Amino acid sequence: MSRLVRMDRSGHTTLAEWTAADEGSVESAIAAFREESDRGSFAVVPQGEGRAEQVSELPVDADLVVMRRPIAGG
Amino acid sequence: MAQAASAPNAQTLPELASVYWRPRVDEDALRRRGNLWTTITVAHVVPFVAIAVLIVVLQPLAVAVSLIAVAKAWLIPALYAQRGANVVRPKRRLDDEPERRALGLLGDLVGHEARDLYSATGLVLERGALGVWLVGEAGAVLVRPGRRRVFCYCVRVPEDELPSADRTSHLLLALREDEAGFATVANLAFSGARWRLRRRLDRRMRPALAAAAAAASAR
Repeated sequence: MSRLVRMDRSGHTTLAEWTAADEGSVESAIAAFREESDRGSFAVVPQGEGRAEQVSELPVDADLVVMRRPIAGG
Repeated sequence: MAQAASAPNAQTLPELASVYWRPRVDEDALRRRGNLWTTITVAHVVPFVAIAVLIVVLQPLAVAVSLIAVAKAWLIPALYAQRGANVVRPKRRLDDEPERRALGLLGDLVGHEARDLYSATGLVLERGALGVWLVGEAGAVLVRPGRRRVFCYCVRVPEDELPSADRTSHLLLALREDEAGFATVANLAFSGARWRLRRRLDRRMRPALAAAAAAASAR
């Protein structure tokens, strides 16, 4: 089961879960992904230590997609 | 030659668009910034020390004034180092449950070693191309290869009410996406000798700096 999570004040919220074989769950996940992207979040696929990939569309084969907020110099 | 921050790359941090005027950080840029910080430190220290010596030579009875000059020569670089240490100073914690959930996600992003170090120090150790990073919730410290010089960056998620571990995860993911872009977006608060930072760092965090230095020396 793949997960789309958003880091937020609750720690993190699971926005969607899907399996590639289940078209309905994929469509729901894509909708949640777009909605969160429209809010200004960036999507990242963690790829182990030292690597993470930005994505602009939901990668259906990813295990975990994290939506993060923009960062800025303090 | 430094790339423009917005120059195309395999993967660039989207936040670079908000600092388009900054040259993209690279090895040369870090070397230049480091040298500039050293020059500024010397420019602060040498005149005060010279004045202190001169005063004692000209009028030994004015030794108190000489000591004030020496104190300033010591204090000004120490204040800069304190500014560096402040970038990883812990912030206010939220309720236990959000913090626990956020910690679970951060734990999924890092290995056992980094997880243990985070539990003990509040900092995540991350190896990069520019050096070894210690990522906190509102800043990051870069220990350069050779482990003598550190760069302290102030960078944060401008959102209220995020758990501490989530703030760290945000910075960690951005760092992993584009290390040079991360260093470009962040504001440099301090660059100098590692020992100067260590003295100003919270005692609990010092093992993380030692671990980063060890990792940097192994590069």
